[in-house]
Amino acid sequence: MDLDNARYRQRKRRNATNSILCVSATVLGVGILAIILGTLVYKGFSGLSVEVFTQMTPPPGSAGGLLNPIVGSLIMTVIGVLIGAPLGMLAGTYMAEYGRYSKMTSVVRFINDILLSAPSIVMGLFVYTIMVAPMGHFSGFAGAIALAVLVIPIVVRTTEDMLLLVPGSLREASAALGMPRALMIRKVAYKAARAGMITGVLLAVARVSGETAPLLFTALNNQFWSTNLNAPLSSLPVVIFQFALSPYADWQRLAWVGALIITLAVLALSIAARWLGSSRTSQ
Amino acid sequence: MVDVTLHLPTRSNVAGAEREVVLGRLRRQDQVFRALTFGAAVSVLVILGAVFVSLIDGSIPAFRKFGLSFLITESWNPVTEKFGALAPVYGTLVTSALAMLIAVPIGLGIAIFLTELCPPILRRPIGIAIELLAGIPSIIYGIWGLFFFAPVLQQTLQPFLITVFGNVPGLSTLFAGPPYGIGVLTAALILAIMVLPFVTAISRDVFETVPSVLKESAYGLGCTRVEVVRRVVIPYTRVGVIGGAMLGLGRALGETMAVTFVIGNAHRISGSILAPGTTISATIANEFTEAVGDIYTSSLIALGLILFFITFVVLACARLMLMRLEYKAGK
Repeated sequence: MDLDNARYRQRKRRNATNSILCVSATVLGVGILAIILGTLVYKGFSGLSVEVFTQMTPPPGSAGGLLNPIVGSLIMTVIGVLIGAPLGMLAGTYMAEYGRYSKMTSVVRFINDILLSAPSIVMGLFVYTIMVAPMGHFSGFAGAIALAVLVIPIVVRTTEDMLLLVPGSLREASAALGMPRALMIRKVAYKAARAGMITGVLLAVARVSGETAPLLFTALNNQFWSTNLNAPLSSLPVVIFQFALSPYADWQRLAWVGALIITLAVLALSIAARWLGSSRTSQ
Repeated sequence: MVDVTLHLPTRSNVAGAEREVVLGRLRRQDQVFRALTFGAAVSVLVILGAVFVSLIDGSIPAFRKFGLSFLITESWNPVTEKFGALAPVYGTLVTSALAMLIAVPIGLGIAIFLTELCPPILRRPIGIAIELLAGIPSIIYGIWGLFFFAPVLQQTLQPFLITVFGNVPGLSTLFAGPPYGIGVLTAALILAIMVLPFVTAISRDVFETVPSVLKESAYGLGCTRVEVVRRVVIPYTRVGVIGGAMLGLGRALGETMAVTFVIGNAHRISGSILAPGTTISATIANEFTEAVGDIYTSSLIALGLILFFITFVVLACARLMLMRLEYKAGK
């Protein structure tokens, strides 16, 4: 009996230690998020002003803002998503509707999942070799294409997942009414899966708007005001990279402001996407 | 108006002919739409193929000049145009392995907390917080790591490691040298923070696939919570957990900006994890726009090819493992 008690106590102790370890792991994870956000707000908030959104990036030693990188980022993100999202949606549509049980679909799904986590810097190299090297110069358009390559797998994945959630009975009902498949997909399946598909696009925007690596040698950077897609284009992440590693205090301060702006934008996008997604499932 | 009465669509019948036209148009639309979606699906495969082809094509000059010894040469000298991939490959593997050693236990701990211990009211907020960690762009981790995390490490963890292990035979080389702040260990810690959400999210999802009947019968036999996790949950989901960890590894291997900030960019292989090093992605990010000459550029593209190949293999294994678990769950 004594022996049993000792063993019982030992098991209880082991259970308690493990529970404490799990709790501390969670505290650590959430704590790191809090520390990162805290540092960003602490370092970036003081520099946040109207000038940041209305003035160009300054030469070292003078005041300025982040207008041209913000605009450049917006341009490239919008174009990248406009190219990548429709392509991704069409591919996802094929996988969930026309080719749901085909071999082709499982191959595409497998490859797409790999592209989803492939290193973004390799995508930058890829676009460099197919666009920048033949054209002979860096360009905003190349940057947008690099972002589009990153958008496609995300949108393919969410579109397919969301269309697979649409009940088959809806499809059968519209087929029984004599609807051709293309019409059924556009009028019934897309409507039912709309919130989820928008969520996917928002997630893709959130992901690419903070991407730096694929822009380093496609869009490069531009110190001056430019909206020319055929010339190097400034972007917020690349400017943060350049300014943070510079020895000038005011550049570093602007880098923190830019980091705060990007993080807030990305977090807002992911929370919006999450909210859209959850309001869909609770219906 | 389309006539929907049930005539046989004969040519002599006007309404039938009209319906034939409409049906034909719809059929053509359907074919066009189908072809469009099929083309888009094929383009995913084309992208992967094009990435491989363009990288191979770009790295031919380097491989022609250095041969396969490119893979095992440590020197990286732009002046004499002697390049070898060993130092960045070593740095990539070491930082990623260290990152996984740190992130996997913590990620599993959080996943166990979320699925087994957590009060339901906290489950969603904590899950969301961890997933937000995944959404933060890597450049933010980089700037945070360089200006906040590295100085903290330099003053706390690194001197501590040096004083504790500096005189232990065998371990002393691992922790040799002054505490720079930046270096291999810092990069690994930042990577660990970055892959933590992936490991956590996937472990949590696969833990939730365990049928509650299994867990309840173990509890019914008098098992403690940790015994249920060890003997029931983890054996049931082992493949999925490993798959999730490898997915995280795939991320860590290719991560660029965060590492570039804190690794120190030194092209050498050092036994000490406190010393600066470099990784494939950091080398490319730092040097590509400044590379002069075909061989230099080509060597960097060859590094990219090696990186893509390694991550492709790791991610493919991860996906196959996760698919096996889905198949099991589906049965």
